[in-house]
Amino acid sequence: MTSKDTYNLDHLSELEAESIYVIREVAAQFDRPAILFSGGKDSIVVTHLAAKAFAPAKIPMPLVHIDTGHNFPETLEFRDNLVDRLGANLIVGLVQKTIDQGKVREETGHNASRNKLQTTTLIDTIEENKFDACIGGARRDEEKTRAKERFFSHRDDFSQWDPKNQRPELWNLFNGKHAPDEHFRVFPLNNWTELDVWNYILKEGIALPSLYYSHQRECIRRDGQILAYSEYLNLKEDETPEMMQVRFRTLGDLTITGAFESDADTVEKIIDEVAATRITERGGRMDDKRSSSAMEDRKKAGYF
Amino acid sequence: MSTSTHHNGLLRFTTAGSVDDGKSTLIGRLLYDSKSIFQDQMEAVEQASKHKGLEDADLSLLTDGLRAEREQGITIDVAYRYFATPKRKFIIADTPGHIQYTRNMVTGASTADLAIILIDSRNGLVEQTHRHSFIASLLGLQHLVVCVNKMDLVDYDEQRYNELVSAFKSFSSRLDIKDITFIPISALKGDNVVDTSSNMAWYGGSTLLHHLENVHVGADRNLQDCRFPVQYVVRPQTDEHRDFRGYAGRIASGVFKKGDAVVALPSGRETNIESIKLGEDDLDLAFPPLSVVMTLEDDIDLSRGEMLVRKNNQPEMLNEIDAKIFWLDSRPLNTSSRLVVRHLSQEVRAKISEVLYRIDINTLHRDEDNREIDMNDIARVRIKTASPILADPYRTNRTTGAFILVDPSTHATVAAGVIG
Repeated sequence: MTSKDTYNLDHLSELEAESIYVIREVAAQFDRPAILFSGGKDSIVVTHLAAKAFAPAKIPMPLVHIDTGHNFPETLEFRDNLVDRLGANLIVGLVQKTIDQGKVREETGHNASRNKLQTTTLIDTIEENKFDACIGGARRDEEKTRAKERFFSHRDDFSQWDPKNQRPELWNLFNGKHAPDEHFRVFPLNNWTELDVWNYILKEGIALPSLYYSHQRECIRRDGQILAYSEYLNLKEDETPEMMQVRFRTLGDLTITGAFESDADTVEKIIDEVAATRITERGGRMDDKRSSSAMEDRKKAGYF
Repeated sequence: MSTSTHHNGLLRFTTAGSVDDGKSTLIGRLLYDSKSIFQDQMEAVEQASKHKGLEDADLSLLTDGLRAEREQGITIDVAYRYFATPKRKFIIADTPGHIQYTRNMVTGASTADLAIILIDSRNGLVEQTHRHSFIASLLGLQHLVVCVNKMDLVDYDEQRYNELVSAFKSFSSRLDIKDITFIPISALKGDNVVDTSSNMAWYGGSTLLHHLENVHVGADRNLQDCRFPVQYVVRPQTDEHRDFRGYAGRIASGVFKKGDAVVALPSGRETNIESIKLGEDDLDLAFPPLSVVMTLEDDIDLSRGEMLVRKNNQPEMLNEIDAKIFWLDSRPLNTSSRLVVRHLSQEVRAKISEVLYRIDINTLHRDEDNREIDMNDIARVRIKTASPILADPYRTNRTTGAFILVDPSTHATVAAGVIG
């Protein structure tokens, strides 16, 4: 072993160092940055990294939650506890308000969801608060359009993403310059995989909403998917909720997030399960299944 | 593979080659054989391939994520791919081959430790082979793997392989890359990609994956010259931490230890490192690429854009930068434009005072007669800055020797530069 080997980092520490650098760069380059907080594990990890980046000071930017009104109650409870513990500032954008203002109309039918509507609420929240950078927890390994993302992703004054004409991003030199009314989406977890996120959660002992762990829940089966039963779900005639032992791999709205049957009730067991899984994380998301360019279209329009 | 221990850490590599060299197939093979392609992704690709009337699954559909790319069947922008083996975790920057997207290739290569150059055994060295190897060399990549692909189509002929290896070697003597490895492969059939080929008994070297798992890149980092650019000043201003003043940043190079005597630049003030923190933890030392917070024994004025170094080993303070630049903007270089240099955490106003020559990207020759610099051109220039930057030659320091140029009127990143 040469002396140089002493100075090697394991890959999780290297990813952590990169993400902390990106988050600090946002705080340094922008006047009104924010962290988009969904209550899912990726945004929880981003928040953990932000706390680490600025310790012992508090995170110098607010957490922004776009609340569809169809959230799991567990997610909201977790959010409020985390915000308390970090002494962070929370800003909530309500999709219900956007609907009440008549800016969007609720989808109807059995697969109705508020997933698409939240883009309008998000853009309104960004404009109202004049945010010039929004940090998100998206990762390049999630989906093929996201594999193209920069760390600093430019959005025009209509919040649109132009994937064919992205700014070149070299080394770790991030160019956050923008015209008034334009903003950036920033993705510190770009280079992480789902397994990296879980291994980091284990390593750092990060708390997560109970939904990620195996639990008993009333669910229905629809189109090969298991969906949590709730008052927001429009049942078809032949559908009856039944009690199942499930957990969630991602957390979105109650209406779109597929559960799957699992006994994994610890982080270690989840890591084993994720490592052995042959279906991608977003394979359980009804919102991605609408077409092969579903994500590209939503991202261009300003989605997370 | 459920644990987080990949013994050899992280390897970032880029793949380059011209359109039909089989780049996507190679990446598909690496992902597929390392079990990194998921069932639903594979099903989607098979379905799309069938829809296009193809017999076999077109693995390039896995990597081409944009609608325009799928429509045109080409890669426009860098896509990042991830896979891991028990030995190492890998990040692939899958970059476009077309000359008009060279800027995206440069983007992908700037953060890579290693580049894979693909050569079609039937066509031999082509323009892209030269261009991509040259860009890898300019960007300071220390490791090149030349994969002579489609060996199945030349009957796994040793002589043909040797011809291509010597052709590449006579070209690469002009490059600044020390570690060049040659591997004969067939990405389509899987020869020497993950498994040793039984068709090429004459080849005694490693398979590609074995090489990627074991190539030593740790020595590429600069651990000698201590450079800590201050990125952000942490001041909690709470009762508990009333007087806390921490300097946050990422170690660019060198090893910093608690208690070390350091000099703040450009002020020249001397002090010692009181503590090195990562979150709540105290560290005894820090090295690249760690992001840490340092506190100092003396209360000195230090802010973003400034740097902590050792007294006997300091960077240069440059008002005039000699550099090679990659022009990335669709509008040609105009020496009367006012620009901004972004270097480390610093931003200074600048101007390109002189274009010394353009470099022919295919022959590496200097072209002093043609100083018009268009998108995708490489040029040697002289830049004047409004205030000095703290820099090292790129050859010795890939972090403190790199910069980008931003046009303040359009906010676009118009060029990338390497100092020296």
